[in-house]
Amino acid sequence: MADWPLYEVFVRSKHGLNHKHVGSVHAADAEMAMENARDLYTRRNEGVSIWVVPSAAIAASSPDEKEVLFDPADDKVYRHASFYKLPDEVGHM
Amino acid sequence: MYAQLVETGAKRLKTLEEMSPEEREFQLKVDAETKIEAKNWMPEGYRKTLVRQISQHAHSEVVGMLPEGNWVTRAPSLKRKLQLMAKIQDEAGHGLYLYSAMETLGADRDEEIDKLHAGTVKYSSIFNYPTLSWADMGTVGWLVDGAAIVNQVVLQRTSYGPYSRAMIRICKEESFHQRQGYQILLDMMREGTEEQKEMVQDSINRFWWPSLMMFGPSDDQSPNSQQSMAWKIKRKSNDELRQMFIDQTVPQLEFLGCTAPDPDLKWNEERGHYDFGEIDWQEFYDVLKGNGPCNKERIETRKNAIDGGAWVREAAKVYAEKKQQKQQNAA
Repeated sequence: MADWPLYEVFVRSKHGLNHKHVGSVHAADAEMAMENARDLYTRRNEGVSIWVVPSAAIAASSPDEKEVLFDPADDKVYRHASFYKLPDEVGHM
Repeated sequence: MYAQLVETGAKRLKTLEEMSPEEREFQLKVDAETKIEAKNWMPEGYRKTLVRQISQHAHSEVVGMLPEGNWVTRAPSLKRKLQLMAKIQDEAGHGLYLYSAMETLGADRDEEIDKLHAGTVKYSSIFNYPTLSWADMGTVGWLVDGAAIVNQVVLQRTSYGPYSRAMIRICKEESFHQRQGYQILLDMMREGTEEQKEMVQDSINRFWWPSLMMFGPSDDQSPNSQQSMAWKIKRKSNDELRQMFIDQTVPQLEFLGCTAPDPDLKWNEERGHYDFGEIDWQEFYDVLKGNGPCNKERIETRKNAIDGGAWVREAAKVYAEKKQQKQQNAA
């Protein structure tokens, strides 16, 4: 299928939820990618909206960058609500 | 199993000490049940084994449409026809999920399909048997999809992320296939004429052994299993899966009021499993080698479909290019 570019498919499963990556399809153009994605990924009411994006247009982080990108968050526990211990008397906050 | 006899290229397992640092890190990750994703480093053998297995699996889904396609125009009612078409469409979808998963490993779909047509890669032996009566649509759904489910349910935990996710999606859809198949047989057994009941038994007689062969050779004849299990591409051995399938299927067979063509099939209280007779492995290897009743016809049909559709794919490409050109000119 080298002739037909690859599109990544994102489906919104219900109103109010975000689009989620579900897989990919090959297609000659975006319109066909949409039709193929519908046939392939939403045969059983799996979605209310579809996005198709040329795979080539996606910039992805590489596994080598994992530490650089995500490790800095490891030692910042104070960014989580659970870090702040409050007396029981304060109640739910 | 939809993938039988998948070559790993490994004669024996390497110990952790023998592995390169990269291999060791990879193996530890697999051991810890961390999914491997497309961009992660992986041993070349792992990548090749996965491509072989996923491509074989995808081809099986696609070729698997043919025995059922045989009965679309002759389904006994509109309801049954719609159900059969929905099932066949699912199989096409399953093939596509799997080809996509395979492509994440850098394999090319066209190349893999060319290999299928050239006979250098395999698909499941089961699809080389003919579907001779309507009862076969029931038996294929119940036994063949049933065997596929047993295999695929464990493959949901396979170590390669994209393959695992494709399996999860496929398993969700697969149980409809098995239930519709069983219901076809149940209807024939409960409401059918004597002739129709005989048709069901005849169909089971023909598909019983080939269904058991779907899980591949027995463990002592399965040289590649050890490496595939270590990489957690495979999660359970062929014999384990086969036994699971038999144990869950026999009660359903009895409920139908039918029998299996195996005089040795009986419950073993001590083992807590059904015992069963020896599988004709010569038949299995013959069919896998291309000498089954329908091998030639299946490949010819696939090849004709691809060749006959070439002009459509070319036209779509040219149309898309022209449309894009028009839009650019207008801008």
